[in-house]
Amino acid sequence: MQIDLSVQDVTKKFEEFTAVDTVSFEVNQGDFFSILGPSGCGKTTLLRMIAGFTEPTAGTIHIRGLDMAGIAPNKRPVNLIFQQLALFPMMSVEENIAFGLHRRREKKAAIRKKVDAILQRVDLPGFGEKKVDQLSGGQKQRVAIARCLVLNPTVLLLDEPLGALDLKLREQMKVELKKLQNNVGTTFIYITHDQSEAMVMSDHVAVMNEGRFEQVDTPQNLYNKPKTPFVARFVGENNSWSGTIHQLGETHMEIRTDEGLIFKTKATQQFRPAQGVDLFLRPEAMVIQPDPALTELNRFEVVVSSILFDGANSQLLVNPLDSKKELIVALPQNRQYDYIEEGDKIEVGWDKNSGICFPQK
Amino acid sequence: MKISGRHSIQWTLVFFLTPVILWLFLLIVLPHIDLLFMSFRTEDDSGRMLWSLGNYMRFFSEPIYWLTFVRTAIYSILVTFLTFVIALPVAFYISKVTAPRFQVFLTLLLLLPFWVSELVRVYGWMILLRESGVINHFLLKLGILDRPIEMLYNDVTMIMGLVYTSMLFMVVPLIGVLDSLDDSLIEAAYDLGAGMWSILFKIIIPHAVPGIVSGSIVVFMLTLGNYLTPNLMGGKNSLWFTEQIYNQFIASFNWNQGSAFGFLLLILSSLVIWVGLRLTNQKLTRVVK
Repeated sequence: MQIDLSVQDVTKKFEEFTAVDTVSFEVNQGDFFSILGPSGCGKTTLLRMIAGFTEPTAGTIHIRGLDMAGIAPNKRPVNLIFQQLALFPMMSVEENIAFGLHRRREKKAAIRKKVDAILQRVDLPGFGEKKVDQLSGGQKQRVAIARCLVLNPTVLLLDEPLGALDLKLREQMKVELKKLQNNVGTTFIYITHDQSEAMVMSDHVAVMNEGRFEQVDTPQNLYNKPKTPFVARFVGENNSWSGTIHQLGETHMEIRTDEGLIFKTKATQQFRPAQGVDLFLRPEAMVIQPDPALTELNRFEVVVSSILFDGANSQLLVNPLDSKKELIVALPQNRQYDYIEEGDKIEVGWDKNSGICFPQK
Repeated sequence: MKISGRHSIQWTLVFFLTPVILWLFLLIVLPHIDLLFMSFRTEDDSGRMLWSLGNYMRFFSEPIYWLTFVRTAIYSILVTFLTFVIALPVAFYISKVTAPRFQVFLTLLLLLPFWVSELVRVYGWMILLRESGVINHFLLKLGILDRPIEMLYNDVTMIMGLVYTSMLFMVVPLIGVLDSLDDSLIEAAYDLGAGMWSILFKIIIPHAVPGIVSGSIVVFMLTLGNYLTPNLMGGKNSLWFTEQIYNQFIASFNWNQGSAFGFLLLILSSLVIWVGLRLTNQKLTRVVK
């Protein structure tokens, strides 16, 4: 498979501050690749280096094998969709989309044809004459995408383009964007701080923190097999305990949490006896009032402090007995647990294979 | 006692509007009405005042008058254009290139010369440019010239002086309008393959049109009505129309002729601005905002 974008050991320093720190990755042709990270992690800087607006302090960027060093943004085979979309307000939709084609000095008839075709593709036929400020948020979005796609870029860069939309529209655009990418087959590089956007749309996600890539993986692996504590905390919701290793076995180990609970869990990497560890457990990994027949479960009693009803995402906030620690437990809406009320004492249990441990630093 | 809302609003309106209306009426409208009457009156052979179009006719029959008039108009347009060409990069640099903390400093630097009166600034230029002036002195010292040359009293120097005098009035509205231009629009154009000139003509100038037009109106009017700079820096052949008006009022004591010239200048400036607004497809109400 062809590699569209290859980033090798790219570093960007602003005086003393290192925004991007020796990042390397490759993106295959046709991939939907997301860079996920909290604001200020350097993801926008990385994107701007790929687009050509800033030059890396060190490292190389290759697009389809061509070294991009010293090549200006207007000469690169990539296009960027800006956070604020940056549609030209002084032009109509059609002029916006034709802007790049005119710069390439293509023939008028050809431009017209391409603009019409791309408007069809993004589901805005007949919108060419409209002014930019006559469009709704979602329509602007699609014009911005059309304006870049019409140039047939090797790689399309997207800088949190859904950030300004309201929730409902954002959910809808997520699906649309994914479909569009499937249809056109262009390589997308999408940066966002919203993990759900990254998970839903991407083939591969890079989790970025403080200028470095923590993990590059499929969304499923990021969620189920996080490689660092940061990924475990940042991707999806997680409960965490800190504790020490009580008994170290071959595949499993027993840890004692700081609150005094004893849990059996998988040893996914090399640990030393009595080492400090952080244990992460997904809210849905905990079973409420588990069947007594399941003897292998880690079980403990908790007090329900509140019920957060949110349809399919409903959760219980609970405190383990005699503890202030707050845990999140998923509450399936199958009417089985309707009897639970605030202040109730319930038992929860989890399988020893569903937690994940990292050594403490 | 309770005063109804509508009443109190009307009172404040009257309170604030009265000085403005008085000022406009007493100092602008009333003298102009008088000037208008005067411009239509001439003395006949026996010294009696009569209604006539003679003052205006004389303007068209004497080539020196209407030639000065056309020259003034064309040079004012030229000065406005040159001011724009110089001011745009300056404004762009201040609003987009420099760090925000230097913006205020640079704007102040631009403003500083305007704390000194125009007269003093023009004399400054004269000290630099005259035959025994600073520039000639250095050029002679460096051996570039073997004989001092007179750089004052020609059209080029006069236009330079007028551009210099007008700069601020173009730069300030341009900075305002460029500040409102989102940087990402420039970057987006760059990203879509545009070069420097495409960005300038397709993005920056179309966005800046309201500022360009309002700056141009101010610069044009100030230049057209300028008396000092053309008088001091221009030569005998660089006659400005305001000098014609001055001559009529002060030198010839012909107030009637002077009034007619004054009105012709007023019509000229209104006409040029109207044409300018039509050409750029702008409305005066939008531009002055």
